[in-house]
Amino acid sequence: MTHTVLVTGVSRHIGARVASVLAADPDVSRVIGVDTVPPPSLTRDGGISLGRTEFVRVDLRSPDIAQVIAAADVDTVVHMSLVSAPSRGTGRAAMKEHNVIGTMQLLGACQRSATVRRVVVRSTTAVYGSSPRDPAVFTEDLEPHDGPSHGYAKDAAEVEGYVRGFARRRPDVSVSLLRFANFMGPGVDSPLTRYFTQPVLPTVFGFDPRLQFVHEDDAVEVLRRMAKEDHPGTYNVAGAGVLLLSQCARRAGRLSLPLLSPAVQLLGAMVRRTGLVDYSPEQLRLMSHGRVVDSGALESELGWKPKFSTGAAFDDFLRSHGLRPLGGARQ
Amino acid sequence: MNEERAPVSDGQAPANDEQAPVSDERVPVSDERVPVGGERADALAGLLAFVRRRVTGDYEVDEFGYDAELTDKVLLELLRPLYHRWFRAEALELKQVPRDGGALIVANHAGTLPVDALMLQVALHDEAGRALRLLGADLVYQLPMLSHLARKTGHTLACPEDADRLLRQGELVGVFPEGFKGVGKPFSERYKLQRFGRGGFVAAAIRAGVPIVPTAIVGSEEIYPKIGDLPALARLLGLPYLPITPFFPLLGPLGLVPLPSKWLIEFGEPIRTDDYDPAAADDPMLVFNLTDQIREVIQQLLDQLRLRRGHAFPPFL
Repeated sequence: MTHTVLVTGVSRHIGARVASVLAADPDVSRVIGVDTVPPPSLTRDGGISLGRTEFVRVDLRSPDIAQVIAAADVDTVVHMSLVSAPSRGTGRAAMKEHNVIGTMQLLGACQRSATVRRVVVRSTTAVYGSSPRDPAVFTEDLEPHDGPSHGYAKDAAEVEGYVRGFARRRPDVSVSLLRFANFMGPGVDSPLTRYFTQPVLPTVFGFDPRLQFVHEDDAVEVLRRMAKEDHPGTYNVAGAGVLLLSQCARRAGRLSLPLLSPAVQLLGAMVRRTGLVDYSPEQLRLMSHGRVVDSGALESELGWKPKFSTGAAFDDFLRSHGLRPLGGARQ
Repeated sequence: MNEERAPVSDGQAPANDEQAPVSDERVPVSDERVPVGGERADALAGLLAFVRRRVTGDYEVDEFGYDAELTDKVLLELLRPLYHRWFRAEALELKQVPRDGGALIVANHAGTLPVDALMLQVALHDEAGRALRLLGADLVYQLPMLSHLARKTGHTLACPEDADRLLRQGELVGVFPEGFKGVGKPFSERYKLQRFGRGGFVAAAIRAGVPIVPTAIVGSEEIYPKIGDLPALARLLGLPYLPITPFFPLLGPLGLVPLPSKWLIEFGEPIRTDDYDPAAADDPMLVFNLTDQIREVIQQLLDQLRLRRGHAFPPFL
């Protein structure tokens, strides 16, 4: 059934892995990878072999994407191109444009296309926000009290709005919206993984948030299945179980430095300029109140469970970075 | 690393060959002292293993953030002297608490500070072998320290989603439907149940089909007799009330020591909800009636238990 798959965001780690897995699949006749920047080179930057993926450099914010879809008779679109942190050079405005306008262009192209039958969009559990007034565990149908008001999470919430609009207008297209917990694994480079590799972890005094991760292997597997079969709907994707931030710090053998929240905000504003670690207000709320989602709907839909629990995903990340608890490894 | 090395360096003090006999000799010595030494060594090994697990982060918390080990070994350990020695608390009719499966404990709330929640937790944990998962006000989860201590000891926010989730997982969930109205009422209104919210707890129990266990706590009313209030200051601090007791704020921090009243906790006969259709949870009349019924049962339990206890501060008063 599946013939030609378009994957956006292939110059980033998970996007590249999804493209390469699909390219290795004999049922998939063509994989077209698009991104605004060329993929990192294999030898130098630890890039991932895209296999027989045909790379097309397209700025998603321009209508060029429609031509790519029309020219190749694309039937499945996997939209991975969501930037989670502003890059040092371009800043927040470009990030928002990339995320929101990019998605609008892509969905506009899909709406016009006669060949597209399936759309898979990567979103994030950050759309639930983090609040002391919300339930401890989010299911897909829950409306959060304090939805995200800025940053990546706001982009994702807007993207989701456009995706729902698209699904309404094209009921013949199977639309899957995947809300991923924070990616974790050897190849993941995100604000959160950079946070855990710091020598000292600033935390918010008096709070110990619950965190949840999804291993990159599981994320790739979910996206592969979604790209090959119809599973319309919105699904949370997270590894089983939770870790507390204090527990993560102990497992990583890092000291935590509890600061009052205004101090963390101040520090965040300073550090954000370096572009190394993201201490946005969103991040600060996550670091205070945490976030846990229920991925039961995904598991029953796919009849499959993520192989890595939250704890196992984090341990795999620690192993690959040579981080270990004080006093040696855990048994 | 360090712990693994410790026994080796002990053995290295004598010559290497003697290492084995030395350790052999030690074993009978500890055997002679039979239980004491053995127990002590076991306790020490247990403690070391515990510290090791804590330091390396090798423990489990559930999705609500409940850390069963920390709760049992550290936090409840701090409360046990208060329960046994200070309040001489007794739990009655423990057989009414279901041994397993989901159930909803509904109790009266009093005492200015929610010490009754902690004592109820000790009673159920130690005497009924059940972890109590309380549903708390959102104020708790906004405050530093309190919020993560509440989560680590197994409690969560009072909302239908969390209640339903816990009950369906077969947990013992506890609620104080009076809320701040109950815990912050003046001393003159002691043992008079306040209004029971909107009956959300009844709807949650019906939806999950779990029994409701009416529970009366006597003794909590006397720990901080609230004889006045500072509403303006409380509003300023964002608190529901700021109490004046005979000793607070007069004696400063010393006024925070609870008075040693005698406590009794009695569990009433469970009220079944599995006869109702889950859709009945959306029938306001039924929910209100059941809520009233439970409120009356608890008030009766409370009155009987108060008579049975007699003086609040025996043998003096």
